[in-house]
Amino acid sequence: MRRFANSHPVWTGIIALATVILLWLIFALWPPGLVDVIGKKKVFLAALFNGITLGGLYFLVASGFTLIFGLMRNVNMAHGTLYLLGGYVGFHTANITGYWLLAFPVAFVVVGVCGVLLQVLVFRRMEGEDLRQTLVTIGLSIVFADLMLWGFGGDFFNISPPPWLSGPIETFIVTAEKRSGDLVYMKYPMVRIVIFFAAVVLGIAMWLALNKTRVGMMIRAGVDDRDMLQATGARIQIVFIGVFAFGAGLAGIAGVVGGTFQSVAPGEDIRFLLASLVVVIVGGMGSIPGAALGALLIGLAEQFGSVYFPTYAVVLTFLIMVVVLAFRPQGLMGMEG
Amino acid sequence: MIDLSSSSVDHAKASWLDGVSPAYWVLGVILLVIPAFVSPFVMFQLMGWTFILGIIALSLMFLGGYGGMVSMAQMAFAGFAGYMVAIFGTSAVVTISQGWPWWIVIPLALFLTMLFSTAVGWLAVRTEGIYTIMITLAIAAAFFYFTRQNYDLFNGFQGFNSVLPPKLFGVDWRGPFAFYYLTLFFAVGCYGLVLYISRAPFGLALQGVRDNPRRMAALGYNVTAHRVAAYSFAGLMAGVGGILLTWQSSQISPGTVGISPAIDILIIAVIGGLRHPIGPFIGAFIYVILKTFAVDILVSLGLAGERFQLVIGIGFLVIVFFSPDGILGLWDKLKASRNRDPLTGKDRGDNPL
Repeated sequence: MRRFANSHPVWTGIIALATVILLWLIFALWPPGLVDVIGKKKVFLAALFNGITLGGLYFLVASGFTLIFGLMRNVNMAHGTLYLLGGYVGFHTANITGYWLLAFPVAFVVVGVCGVLLQVLVFRRMEGEDLRQTLVTIGLSIVFADLMLWGFGGDFFNISPPPWLSGPIETFIVTAEKRSGDLVYMKYPMVRIVIFFAAVVLGIAMWLALNKTRVGMMIRAGVDDRDMLQATGARIQIVFIGVFAFGAGLAGIAGVVGGTFQSVAPGEDIRFLLASLVVVIVGGMGSIPGAALGALLIGLAEQFGSVYFPTYAVVLTFLIMVVVLAFRPQGLMGMEG
Repeated sequence: MIDLSSSSVDHAKASWLDGVSPAYWVLGVILLVIPAFVSPFVMFQLMGWTFILGIIALSLMFLGGYGGMVSMAQMAFAGFAGYMVAIFGTSAVVTISQGWPWWIVIPLALFLTMLFSTAVGWLAVRTEGIYTIMITLAIAAAFFYFTRQNYDLFNGFQGFNSVLPPKLFGVDWRGPFAFYYLTLFFAVGCYGLVLYISRAPFGLALQGVRDNPRRMAALGYNVTAHRVAAYSFAGLMAGVGGILLTWQSSQISPGTVGISPAIDILIIAVIGGLRHPIGPFIGAFIYVILKTFAVDILVSLGLAGERFQLVIGIGFLVIVFFSPDGILGLWDKLKASRNRDPLTGKDRGDNPL
């Protein structure tokens, strides 16, 4: 961080200023003039929190995608399908057993097994053939989207969280001041906050596992130079299968989260495939911190866009992608070359 | 009216294909006389649609086959051209449509489509291989969501209806005969143009860029400019296809430019084969036949008709799994295996390929 500050003094200044303004916007009581210009503080805070938690969801989906791509150069266009499958599995698990928490491990395992099958049956046969992988996985996603429509129907499902998580909690952030002088505190759904923190913990755990453990070392070495790693005697196919299973399992968990935040329905697979594509393009392929940053940016852009300029919300997301591509084609956190 | 358009097709053929393979002549004659034997439904719905989808998929084949850049945004370009025709020309949405005459509207629409595709190309060529697919897919999706959300310009969810072709020369160009020859004319024109460009200096340089961009750059070619120019040209072709598509269904809406139509175009191009410009038309024909009759076939076999997407998906999967070059690749394999000497297992040496 200090190195960044030394080499980019202007950027550091801009980022620091933006942080200060943001903190002020969050914690201060807004003067009436500001409310006239950009609306109520409550709306702003809701967009901010929704954006951040949506970013957490996007991070869960995209980190699996970026991990798989970064290590194996496998282009898995069926990632959205894995997400949707996780959502359906989680919904039915939670419905049958009555335990919301049980939905997560079940979805992780089921979708992870699907990932293993994908790696063994499809990707291992066409290593290094980008276009063919893309086409085959697109074909698979079409077939499985239709099979899931057949099996689970076209209805919207909503996974309801258990009672101890549902309902809003009162946060310590002030949204307004009443005439009487009482402060109005912001309320926010408990489940979204909990899931967001779970995503953050998971992200940090992934970062630690990648950077501090032996397996993580092998994976990082594989990202840099696969052939050399293989030559040193690492059993790379097993690492591949493990990473694929983990990445797919993450998509499955994200499906449960998405089903709790929003809903599980046909078409969500493509939506989340696109979201993870945009997130990894913005953040940089194969980088976990990049996926986190990209997911946060895209989540915030989507929510603020839909609140402040509804007709052009998509364009905002798109603009972020264009600007990143124009100035940093490898993504914000991507490696050179 | 028929004489007019068919003679222009004839003319185009004569100047392009002097003494080329007799297969072209047979195919040309069949395509020209088909309308005498088939129903208007076949002409307008099957053949017209085949030619239109073939043109749009041809633009993808041009980029993918000669440029090595697989673009998922071709349907977005086509839809953009259709939207421009609806916005500047006439439609049922009188509050938005400007109602300008066709000789301004169509060139303007194609020009704007080229601008759009050039801009997309400029972005997409900053990346390579698989990133290109992702970025163009993201752009196509952004365009789809934008048209669906924007009511000022694109009329949101409903889009535009009653977008009709101009009554040029007193002909109703949506009549089955006229529309058949109209689409045939443009399909043959685009096909010939792609074939010509693939052998012209620009096309050869583009194929060089596909095979080894570094060496081409060292030879003094501007790699980026060639790629962007390929996007412009492909955008123009997709635009032609898009305008015809809009006229055929007489409407344009976000559903036309959605993600699954964009994927369909890729499927068509890949099923046919990305190596030769005839591939997209073969793919389009198969796709149209499947899309039109799959439901009937499924029902007659006692299966549910709505599983037709499954049939197309499995068919696509089988083809890409076993033959990455599509039907054309299968054809080449067949030729090669027939040419192989059964004793030695080697080529007989008279392989025409």
